[in-house]
Amino acid sequence: MGILEKILGRHPHWGVHPDDHKRPAADAPLRSLPLPEVLRVPLQQHVGSPARPVVLVGERVLKGDLIAEPNGNISAPVHAPTSGRISAIGEITAPHPSGLPQLAITITADGADTWCERQPVADPLALAPEEISRRTAAAGVVGLGGATFPAAVKFNLGRRLRVGTLIVNGGECEPYLSADDRIMRDRATEVVDGLRIVMHAIGAREALVGIEDNKPQAITAMRAAAAAFGHVQVRVVPARYPMGSDKQLIQTLTGKEVPADARAAEVGVLVHNVSTCAAVHRALRHGEPLVERIVTLNGGALTRPGNVLAPIGTPVVDLLRFAGIRERPARLILGGPMMGIVLPHARVPIVKGASGVLAFDAAEARTPAAGPCIRCGSCTRACPMGLLPLEMASRIDADDLDGAAGLALSDCIGCGCCTYVCPSHIPLVQYFSYAKGELSTRERNRLREAATRRLAEERAARLQREAREKAVAAARRKAERAATKAAAGAGVPPLRERVVVTPTSETAT
Amino acid sequence: MWLAVLSLTVLGTLLGLALGVAAKYFHVDGNSLVAEIEALMPGSNCGQCGFAGCPRAAAAIAEGSAPVTLCPPGGRALAQALAAKLGIRIDLDAVVDHGPQIANVAEDICIGCCRCSKVCPTDAILGAAKQIHNVIREACTGCGNCIDRCPTEALLLQTLPVTVQHWVWPKPATTPAAFAA
Repeated sequence: MGILEKILGRHPHWGVHPDDHKRPAADAPLRSLPLPEVLRVPLQQHVGSPARPVVLVGERVLKGDLIAEPNGNISAPVHAPTSGRISAIGEITAPHPSGLPQLAITITADGADTWCERQPVADPLALAPEEISRRTAAAGVVGLGGATFPAAVKFNLGRRLRVGTLIVNGGECEPYLSADDRIMRDRATEVVDGLRIVMHAIGAREALVGIEDNKPQAITAMRAAAAAFGHVQVRVVPARYPMGSDKQLIQTLTGKEVPADARAAEVGVLVHNVSTCAAVHRALRHGEPLVERIVTLNGGALTRPGNVLAPIGTPVVDLLRFAGIRERPARLILGGPMMGIVLPHARVPIVKGASGVLAFDAAEARTPAAGPCIRCGSCTRACPMGLLPLEMASRIDADDLDGAAGLALSDCIGCGCCTYVCPSHIPLVQYFSYAKGELSTRERNRLREAATRRLAEERAARLQREAREKAVAAARRKAERAATKAAAGAGVPPLRERVVVTPTSETAT
Repeated sequence: MWLAVLSLTVLGTLLGLALGVAAKYFHVDGNSLVAEIEALMPGSNCGQCGFAGCPRAAAAIAEGSAPVTLCPPGGRALAQALAAKLGIRIDLDAVVDHGPQIANVAEDICIGCCRCSKVCPTDAILGAAKQIHNVIREACTGCGNCIDRCPTEALLLQTLPVTVQHWVWPKPATTPAAFAA
């Protein structure tokens, strides 16, 4: 970040600039992980409802076979990451901060890694946009930047809202991570081809690839790959965390600000990660579903940090062994150090959204004790969303969640800049995660209560209706009985009497 | 003297009129507090509190004859909301809250007697005479009305497990002085 840029105002006024720790892992060549013996593939690796298994225990599958189908509008299928036998379908520890169980399909690899029959498309740009969406959805491609939103759903949204600009996110602002950097250096042509397919799918006229200025080799490689296409521009953005967050990248590249209650597509842009674009390329050109990804292995507890191409479902422990363990990791993180998940243990599998596995040594994992808030305002300056973290946290601490919501808590992107800069080491972002979860639980309970009330009212109405029907039936029977009696008294022939008596005797039983 | 009598009469008449007009225009039908409390209650009229339905319980809470902690399905959240509404302080830790629960039928011992389905306040139990009954999970509020009705003890309340989808980050345990005023 030069002084000139600061003077010109190109330097963003938000965010933080942590020590990036990306090297030497980023410069180590991409390696392939030897096939693990057992792969555990979780059924929910995406935003939305979990996929539904379509295989049985004991069944043999080939690499790329569908093993779980999408369940609902926002969902994604899951495919077998290697060939082998389904050895279990059951609960495993989820790669989730709660450490709660989650359903997963366990595959015992046969070692042959045989692909299923793939259906490549020679020229995806000649396909109808709907067909690209369909194939992307069938390949289980989700946002690989970490958000894991099903990519095809976003394509359809972009097409519907007539998005003109595709922004390709090569920011990778999280310290330690270099998976996107590596894919741009080694597979720039795949990324550019993928982004052109995405542009075609959403009907965008131009694509802006935003890459942080701390990745010069990636910028060079991407510029070379995109040189032939005039509508694809590679733009250098300042290295600043959280540049890889969609709202910040859109603002830096286009100057447009996404309103608080709107999606990016509503201001005419759509953001896709570089790895997602490469996955779209593989899904269309090679017919390969998303079964592997590049994972950064980094942290002080590893001897050979770097990037590896690993099948989805690989246990974290296999990756750590591959990278060489120098000492027992003090903390394991899935994703980046700012927004990643602390793993409960190393037997958790990697998922589609896992951009990195960090094994921190004791020095890196040190968490200083929190002190009192000195109201210095560092957090307000760092907040990329222009919020007041100290005010929100003090309200949440006093259990005034509505007060915090009134200070636009819902706009918080959970980037952790406030916690990073806090001189008192107050875990501000944890307060916001807690409050957001608690508020959504309340909202769910409110909806549930409304449903209960409706059910109770419907029952009351049913009981009333039944009572009324009973009363009407009783009155009718009484009238009939009276009529029969009157008729008998008047000496009507017995035949008629029998006809009238029948319903009476029926109801009496 | 007449002046004093006259002025007081006029004053009395005017004030009386003003009161009469105010009584007509600012008239409140019933106690609105009861309606507000009722809006907070679960509304399933399960009767676990001992009152015949949520409106009666709301009336009792409003007049102060029942504690705000009376509603088992509402749990701690409801007790807190009611205490805030009435401006009273309560000991939340004393409120028993099992978390969300639902009833479950053990299908191998259900004899299809239909007793449970008759008392369900939300019609969440499905069944017919001499058929195995079942609970519609989405509609069950876990009120427990059906549990004692079952002659074969086939019904049990189960606490719903916390899932990855519904898990909420715990509140950070910082030093009490972190946000002291």
